[in-house]
Amino acid sequence: MKMTPDQTVFWSHGFMTVNLTLVTTWTIMLFMVLGAKLITRNLKSNNKISRWQCVLEMIVTSINEQISDVGLPKPELYIGFIGTLFLFVAMCNFWIILPWYQPPTGSLSTTTALALCVFLSVPYFGIQKSGIGGYLKTYIQPTFIMLPFNIISELSRTLALAVRLFGNIMSGVMIVGILLSITPLFIPIVMKALGLLTGMVQAYIFSILATVYITAAVQESVKKDKKIKQKLTTN
Amino acid sequence: MDKDTAIAIASIITAGLTTGIGCMFPALSEGKSVATALSSIAQQPDAAPTITRTLFVGLAMIESTAIYCFVVSMILIFANPFWNHLIAK
Repeated sequence: MKMTPDQTVFWSHGFMTVNLTLVTTWTIMLFMVLGAKLITRNLKSNNKISRWQCVLEMIVTSINEQISDVGLPKPELYIGFIGTLFLFVAMCNFWIILPWYQPPTGSLSTTTALALCVFLSVPYFGIQKSGIGGYLKTYIQPTFIMLPFNIISELSRTLALAVRLFGNIMSGVMIVGILLSITPLFIPIVMKALGLLTGMVQAYIFSILATVYITAAVQESVKKDKKIKQKLTTN
Repeated sequence: MDKDTAIAIASIITAGLTTGIGCMFPALSEGKSVATALSSIAQQPDAAPTITRTLFVGLAMIESTAIYCFVVSMILIFANPFWNHLIAK
C-alpha cells in the first residue's frame, strides 16, 4: 500500500526525483497563481465589481479579520505569508473531491517544507518588528532560566506542525484506501467527506498556529507601543 | 521462535496498543474540552467566535498527540525499519 504520493516516481536522475508530490504541488501553484492573475487583471473600485473580484475580496477580508482577532496589529503585513499558507494547504486538501487525486500535504516532505517556512518566518517578522536585540530578548522571557525551554519549544512545535498536518491528511487517505477493500460501496464517500472537513480544519489550524507563533515573537514591541500610547493618552 | 517472527509479533502488538491507548486519552480530553466550550458558549453566546477559535486550536493540539501515536503505528506496520533490515539481510 502506498502511504504517500512520494512513492509514485515519474522521473529520477541522480539525486533529483520528480514524484507525484512535486507534480501536484506545482500544478496547484500554477492554478492558484494563474487564477489570481486572471481575476486581478482589471480590478474596479466602483460598486460594479466582477463576481470573482468579490470572492477574492471576501477571502482577503476574512483572513485579515482572523489575523487581527488573534492579536496581530496591521494584518496587511502578514497576510502575504499566512494567507498564502492557508490558501495553499486548503487547496491541496480541497481537491480530494477529484478521483485519483493524492493530496501533496499527505507527504511528510511537503509539510516539513511548510513547517520550516513558519520556523524561519518567526525570526524574520520578529527582527523586522523589534530588531535583533528585541527578538533575542523573547527567548529569555520571563526569566533567563527559560532559555533552553524556549529553544526546545521552538524546535518541537515545528516538528508538531509538520507531523500534525501530515498525519491528519495521510490518515484520511489511508482510511479511504482500507475501506475501499472492505466495504467499497458508499462508505468511502462518507469518509472522504469527513476527510474534506478535516482538511479544511487543518488548513485553518496550520495558519492560525503560524499566526500565534508570529504574534508571540512580535508581541514584545506591540506591548511597548501600547504602553507608549497609554502614556500619551494619560498625559 | 526465530528472529523475524519475534519482530513481527512485537511490531503488530505494539502498533495495536499504540493506536488503542493513544486514541483513548486524547478522546477523553477532547470530549472534556468540547463540553466545557459548549457550556461556556451557552453562558456567553457573545463570546462564541473567540471560544470557537481557541477551542479549535486546543483541539488541534490534543488531536496531534493521537496523530503521533497513529503515525508511529503506521510506521510499525507499513515501514518498519527493523523488519526492512531483517528482509534486506
